[in-house]
Amino acid sequence: MKARGGRILRTALGIGLFLVLVALAWEAFKFLGGDPWRLEGIGFFHDPPFRVLQANDRQLPHLWEIASALAQPVQRNQDQTLGQFLIGAALFTWREALIGFVLGALIGLALASIFIHSRLLERAFVPYVIASQTIPIVALAPIIVVGFGRGLVAVVIIATYLTFFPVTIAAMRGLSSPDPRAVELMRSYAASRWEIYRKVRLPAAVPYLFTALKLAATASIVGAIIGEGPGGVPEGLGRAIINFNQQYVSGPEKLWATIFIAGLVGICFFLVIQLAEVVTLRGRGGSASRA
Amino acid sequence: MTAVRLADVQKTFPIPSGGETVALEAIELEIGTREFVSLIGPSGCGKSTLLRVVGDLIQPTAGSVEVNGKPAHQARLDRDYGMVFQAPVLFDWRTVEGNVRLPLEVMGFAPSERDRRVREMLDLVELGGFRSHYPHQLSGGMQQRVAIARALAFQPPILLMDEPFGALDEMTRERLNTELLRIWAQTGTTIIFVTHSIPEAVFLSTRVVSMSPRPGRITSVIEIDLPQPRTDQTRESERYFELVTEVRESLRGRVSSSAARARAEGRIG
Repeated sequence: MKARGGRILRTALGIGLFLVLVALAWEAFKFLGGDPWRLEGIGFFHDPPFRVLQANDRQLPHLWEIASALAQPVQRNQDQTLGQFLIGAALFTWREALIGFVLGALIGLALASIFIHSRLLERAFVPYVIASQTIPIVALAPIIVVGFGRGLVAVVIIATYLTFFPVTIAAMRGLSSPDPRAVELMRSYAASRWEIYRKVRLPAAVPYLFTALKLAATASIVGAIIGEGPGGVPEGLGRAIINFNQQYVSGPEKLWATIFIAGLVGICFFLVIQLAEVVTLRGRGGSASRA
Repeated sequence: MTAVRLADVQKTFPIPSGGETVALEAIELEIGTREFVSLIGPSGCGKSTLLRVVGDLIQPTAGSVEVNGKPAHQARLDRDYGMVFQAPVLFDWRTVEGNVRLPLEVMGFAPSERDRRVREMLDLVELGGFRSHYPHQLSGGMQQRVAIARALAFQPPILLMDEPFGALDEMTRERLNTELLRIWAQTGTTIIFVTHSIPEAVFLSTRVVSMSPRPGRITSVIEIDLPQPRTDQTRESERYFELVTEVRESLRGRVSSSAARARAEGRIG
């Protein structure tokens, strides 16, 4: 039990350590190839030995510039800080993603359940499920918006679309994972297909499902962010990214801050799923440590 | 009373390259209630197939299978079978208790009755202290005892066992053999037991059925007249060794004659 609880902590520590390394590399790059900078208070001045285009203050702002931008007003003459605005936008996007995630997971599980019980339907439809993922979402999003109108529904559909695929594939694998003898055993009890599904296939699929749900969690966030543009939903991170992209020349920190917040949302969602996984698979041998 | 009656049972499987293999041919066998019958023979002789035909998990190509006076299919629907495989096939998300409870849940026993039976069965296989453990926390022998408790929980009149102790070490196997005989005497179940081990078959059975491969058929049925109850002394008795020899020769007789036939066929070809 102790080892499993520690797994979440280790993941979080790993993410933290990685962030520190990225921050160090970031500032080292600027130290060597960025624009000259000074610290007013102590009269510190640094002139980097090289000039690299990608390291100048417009391409790659100092991390502290990005951090301090969070505390400044989002627009001139507004009370709300950028940080407050982004957290609000992140929660909004997360909510859209969560609805898409839940729908996508349910659709994925339902499709997989049908496919493993019918070879005919599996052969007929699985190729289309796979083909669906080769259509770029940017091509599909406008069609969905035309079909369902601008607004939350279109965004949720796009998030769902990106979520159901990994769940379908993993659930098919998981639902057919039980030992054939386990199914024979259930048949010797004269158990119905439904009972075999509920008592053997579904519990056996849970570890596989969690692996897919972790993928789906991040995919649903991407889907929601991308969908907000064509979906015409102004409250979320997607629109914030579009707006700050247009203001990039005057304030590159805002876009960078938005990107960090979007990443943070994905990581948080991932960790929530991982926590659920640890709690659900507690006690199981072997399979709990998988994936 | 007759528990199982097999009349002219045949089973063929299609093979991918075309044609078919005869897994069972002209099987005639009657097994009485409360008998302990072992099926023994080399790999591929169809003994596991025969077990599955009796349990209605595989349909025979021809012939009839009657269990407790009804077709095997009806017997399965009536929940007349308990099954134990070579691997314990326990569910890793259920505790020991949960695994034994599974058939009782499927069969719709009342919760209080379930609990009573689970407790009783775990006491029977002497795992009362491990009810809340998960399978991966138990040794192989203990896992197999859980599988036996699960198979017996709904008191099936017939227990089908497919090499249940095949994966265990010799000491554990002998201990579980003795335990299985005690359980057999206590429950009055008819047992059909597939094994590779001649001493195991002789020690456990009231009759040993030896089989030969390609096509799978019964070559001889040997009555085991060792006195009951059987103990560690039984394994050292003269009669035991005589019967082991007899079973071995019945199997070897088959092996040498099939080798002779192969040689003869080789000469013709």
